[in-house]
Amino acid sequence: MSDNQLRLVWIYPDLLSTYGDQGNVLVVERRARQRRLDVARLDVRSDQPVPTSGDIYLIGGGEDRPQRLAAERLRRDGGLTRAVENGAIVFSVCAGYQILGHEFVNDLGQREPGLGLLDVVSVRGEGERCVGDVLGDIDPRLGLPPLTGFENHQGVTHLGPTARPFAQVRIGKGNGTGDGTEGAYNDTVFGTYMHGPVLARNPLIADLLLKLALDVNALPPVDDRWYEALRNERIAAAQQPA
Amino acid sequence: MAGNSDPLTPRAKLAVTAGKAVAAASRAAGRGSGSVIGGRVALKLDPDLLGRLAQHLDVILVSATNGKTTTTRLIAEALRAAGPVVSNALGANMPAGITSALAGGSDAKFGVIEVDEKYLAGVARDTAPKCIALLNLSRDQLDRAGETRMLAENWREALAGSKAVIVANCDDPLVVWAASSSPNVIWVAAGQMWKDDAWSCPSCGGVMQRPDDEWFCNECGFRRPTPSWALNGDHVLDPHGSAWPIHLQLPGRANKANAASSAAVAAVFGVPPQVALERMYQVQAVAGRYDVVQYQGRDLRLLLAKNPAGWLETFSLIDPPPAPVILAVNARGADGTDTSWLWDVDYTRLTGRPLFVLGDRKLDLAVRLEVANQQFQVCDDLDQAVQQAPPGRIEVIANYTAFQDLRRRVGN
Repeated sequence: MSDNQLRLVWIYPDLLSTYGDQGNVLVVERRARQRRLDVARLDVRSDQPVPTSGDIYLIGGGEDRPQRLAAERLRRDGGLTRAVENGAIVFSVCAGYQILGHEFVNDLGQREPGLGLLDVVSVRGEGERCVGDVLGDIDPRLGLPPLTGFENHQGVTHLGPTARPFAQVRIGKGNGTGDGTEGAYNDTVFGTYMHGPVLARNPLIADLLLKLALDVNALPPVDDRWYEALRNERIAAAQQPA
Repeated sequence: MAGNSDPLTPRAKLAVTAGKAVAAASRAAGRGSGSVIGGRVALKLDPDLLGRLAQHLDVILVSATNGKTTTTRLIAEALRAAGPVVSNALGANMPAGITSALAGGSDAKFGVIEVDEKYLAGVARDTAPKCIALLNLSRDQLDRAGETRMLAENWREALAGSKAVIVANCDDPLVVWAASSSPNVIWVAAGQMWKDDAWSCPSCGGVMQRPDDEWFCNECGFRRPTPSWALNGDHVLDPHGSAWPIHLQLPGRANKANAASSAAVAAVFGVPPQVALERMYQVQAVAGRYDVVQYQGRDLRLLLAKNPAGWLETFSLIDPPPAPVILAVNARGADGTDTSWLWDVDYTRLTGRPLFVLGDRKLDLAVRLEVANQQFQVCDDLDQAVQQAPPGRIEVIANYTAFQDLRRRVGN
């Protein structure tokens, strides 16, 4: 973070903002402002260059064709890759998560190159679409409470050696690989299949992104009463038999 | 044209009778109108029944993400100037409900039929409509309905083979993309507040440019067609350039847009716009929507909004601050079980209004409003919300099953 302003970049709302994932930007922005940070939010459309000086980049889910278009344009633009080289934090969901990997299967059924910012490869699952509430345990190294979210995807994402599973699901499909892993991360880049939006359901993940961007170990507390009530309700709902 | 030259086959008559008997039994058992179950039984006995019933009618289909029930009512009222109408006025908009509604109107000249977006292609094939009105397409229940652009693609394929006159909103790029496969389109500039499902060109994927009311794609040239009808404030402009005043009891810009599309449809069947618009004034509440009810000594206006585009239009018609607003959201099967869409709604538009939150998913709303920096109270039920609301008419905005719950609660 330079000149005391936290720069949030919301990537391609014209293509990847279909499942309410812009809530993730709203939650990070709100929680940063509650800590009295000076926040600038920049929405970057797919005909605009991705700035390389952002602190936190967020990418959401989208439909199959927009996903391919987004991958083409992000590869051509190169800004997000340079931002990661500069140390930026990236948090991605669903279609955005797949784009950050080495490759995924596009709407034409072809293998589409991603950005290679996460060591994952995604394919299309053979089984039923994964739809429903998810409950999981986030990698204990991150020191976060249980993960709650809503998944709605057909993808299966395989992790390579330099990507760590973000969570292990207790309920739900997650990466769809059958081993219970959900999402992936490395030091600065995160990916998940969770909607909800996931940062509204898990505000401490938003705080983790802020701490990484600010390079601090702790943040002043904020009133999490409603988040906690929602979390308790959704965690209980996920555990009820369908 | 409509006529009685083709009496129903004995099998079709049996199917109609059996369907009505089952519907009556369902009503008697207190399970709603019985129209869907009755239609299902009838279709099982005669799978071609919908087509046979439609043969005798001039069929008008109405489809959209939002406004189809209301527009169906407006068109039905307008066309009654030209002859008897049968219609699925209660919003049972899938094939069984439609079959059941048509079976009840053997003397009608017109069949004005609301069709669920996902069933438009099939119903258009079965009923050989004279006219199809397409109002808008936007994200709705993504956990079960699939992708919005795929729906437009599905419409596009169906309309390519239809002989119907298409009356379509030229301000919605997805609707234009769907309708332009037909050689016979009447474009209506009905407007559209929600734009977030069409920033990407439906034709080529290019980034859409949207200056003012225009829209176009720089890459492939796909652009807004020139309308022959238009909504202009409180008036409908007809193809001759005459402006006709809209008098509606229904509130809001979206309903004026529905009236403009309805006037264009009525004109296809020879009903002039002034006659059509005058008749539309008779439409009050539609299946409880927009109804003002008295409850616990207070006036409550019941507003249905099911998806981000619907909430956006609804926020534009509610009373200004400090009018109290009750928000109710469920996520049962008919609502879609994913509440993420709440984050595509801009709740900062409610600033200055006392807010009360209800429904199965009130906690999702609470977090949403907290992040939007709004003041709100989470309530156990409607009674508590009404008791705590400051004076003035209370606007109640609810999604589908939450709306049904509220109607039952207030005895509407």
